[in-house]
Amino acid sequence: MDVQYFIELFFSGLTRGSIYALIALGYTLVYGIIELINFAHGEIYMLGAFTALLVAGVLGIMGFPAGGILVVAALAAIIWSAAYGFTLEKVAYKPLRGAPRLSPLISAIGMSIFLQNYVLLAQTSEYLPFPRLLPDMEFLDYIDNIMGPSDFLILVCSMLAMVALTIFIRYTKMGKAMRATAQNRKMALLLGINADRIISLTFIVGSSLAALGGVLIASHMGQVNFSIGFLAGLKAFTAAVLGGIGSIPGAVVGGLVLGIAESFTTGYLSGNYEDALAFALLIFILIFRPDGILGKAKVQKV
Amino acid sequence: MKKGISWLAAALLTTALAAPALAEDTIKIGVQGAHSGDLASYGVPSLNAAKLVIEEANAKGGVLGKKIELVAQDDQCKPELATNAATKLISDGVAAVMGPICSGPTNAALPMFESAKLISISPTATTPALTLEGKHPYFLRTVAHDNAQAELTSGYIKDVIKAKKVAYLHDNGEYGKGFATQNRNILEKAGIETVLFEAVTPDAVDFSSVVRKLRRAKADVLVFGGYQPTASKLVQQMRRDRVDTPLMGPDGVKDETFLKMTGKDSEGVLASYPKDTSSLDMYKKAREAHVKQFGTEPGFGFYNAYAAMQAILKAIETSGGTDTAKLLEALKSNEVDTPLGKLSFNKSGDAAGLGLSVYVVKDGKFVETDHTITLH
Repeated sequence: MDVQYFIELFFSGLTRGSIYALIALGYTLVYGIIELINFAHGEIYMLGAFTALLVAGVLGIMGFPAGGILVVAALAAIIWSAAYGFTLEKVAYKPLRGAPRLSPLISAIGMSIFLQNYVLLAQTSEYLPFPRLLPDMEFLDYIDNIMGPSDFLILVCSMLAMVALTIFIRYTKMGKAMRATAQNRKMALLLGINADRIISLTFIVGSSLAALGGVLIASHMGQVNFSIGFLAGLKAFTAAVLGGIGSIPGAVVGGLVLGIAESFTTGYLSGNYEDALAFALLIFILIFRPDGILGKAKVQKV
Repeated sequence: MKKGISWLAAALLTTALAAPALAEDTIKIGVQGAHSGDLASYGVPSLNAAKLVIEEANAKGGVLGKKIELVAQDDQCKPELATNAATKLISDGVAAVMGPICSGPTNAALPMFESAKLISISPTATTPALTLEGKHPYFLRTVAHDNAQAELTSGYIKDVIKAKKVAYLHDNGEYGKGFATQNRNILEKAGIETVLFEAVTPDAVDFSSVVRKLRRAKADVLVFGGYQPTASKLVQQMRRDRVDTPLMGPDGVKDETFLKMTGKDSEGVLASYPKDTSSLDMYKKAREAHVKQFGTEPGFGFYNAYAAMQAILKAIETSGGTDTAKLLEALKSNEVDTPLGKLSFNKSGDAAGLGLSVYVVKDGKFVETDHTITLH
């Protein structure tokens, strides 16, 4: 067995997996609190990439240095997407809070289609080039077979984001309130937690992570289009279910497992089966371990 | 309200009565394609070409002493609208049709044109089966079909690059997979080894696994079947991973956006594309006429449509009428001087005389190489 090749494929899967994980966190956070699959989440990722492109374009004309542009563009994307996530919840899900579970799901699919077409009409159907903003990292030269600057950036940023999220959920007051709402919304309300605010907060946090993923992938792949959110969202959703939807470590594990599995499929079998494998894995998990790798089996209340 | 309807009826009646009278001294030519909708940019240039050619002919007194009348039908490049458009053209009694534009609608409209024994010449439909399967005797085209590109590119790989090992990646679409498969078929027959043949997912968030596989395959050249957005992602990932295998693509890759997307990474990328005929007098004339009339540079498929329209008028003139069998005979036996060179049609209905060249990116521009084939 070719160890070098194995390591190359492993890191390739890690890069892709950490993006899946970033987006999957948004699915899982929202599901954990209101038991809704937010199908418009992939579109938030796309909006993040678009916002970064617009901001980077403007700053580029004004002559800012590349590294600075990337940071400012990413921040702008995060804030803008967070605002979208917040509004999305207020417009599409909050009015349906008491409705049967199918209604918000349909609403989510509707929002996904709406956002895609909105960007298609307001921007363009063309693929737009995303500027190259990454500095050359010389210390990566001797491992450049394994990872380049953008792979490195993706890994570092997503790890930092996940650590930050964990700290936020574990050790802050708001995080505690989020966990309480996830466990039992009625009880949390009785204890004086403003559940509506917590739900909004969840959307803001999830959307920020998706936007970060969008910016990272846009600068990695070098292009942006209104349709990029669809497949990425679907894969991340798969990752979230794979890890156990509602579980935060589950989303991370699910994302990485899916990314690495895809990479090995391409590397050792054929790229033809990359997507087939991802969804076969999903079906397999749903049959044999419906609660995912790290999900807890819930007792169904009757 | 009642009055309005009777006025409308009267107006309709008058046009209905007037139509046969007009038919005496005009010859109608149908133009079908996307004239509105999101694919309009593919069809409108052809409509413009038809207008220009017809205007010029009418200014000279028409064909066989009759004025030419243009009948446009919009199919928006949608197969479900194409059958309707075709039916309308047939009931309007057109002598021949220039179009449809997209391959899907062409497939849908052809059975109707067949049963009406109506000749149609598409300026842009490139699906090989339309002519090569021999199912559509009245269908012709003034564009090279997709398999012709593979003939050109495989020749370049064999004779110019002198490759021994070739890798193939495609986007799993009909166009992209077809291009990769055709190249492989020809090259394998010539004894050139296939080291990789597989699909990539165009919307995947990362291409590094497949690029690493490509690096390990140590191919002399990569044949890529697909369109520009996927190609540009692939090339960027390849260069980032220091894989400098040259990439050979079909005409879907030769696009200004590709250069803009990939920047320096595009150096050395190869693509097939119609031969540059911009030095021909007929080309200059057509271009100038378009700029003068519409104020812009011609768009997609304009010259192919111009050539198709010229061929139709010339065939009517030489066959002395609009009889389909005679028109077909005239189209297949006479050469027409067009912006794309001197063209005639071969047995299967493809334009003989069209040239294709390999282009290479040099200093951020696609430059024509002297590796060229001419269809016959």
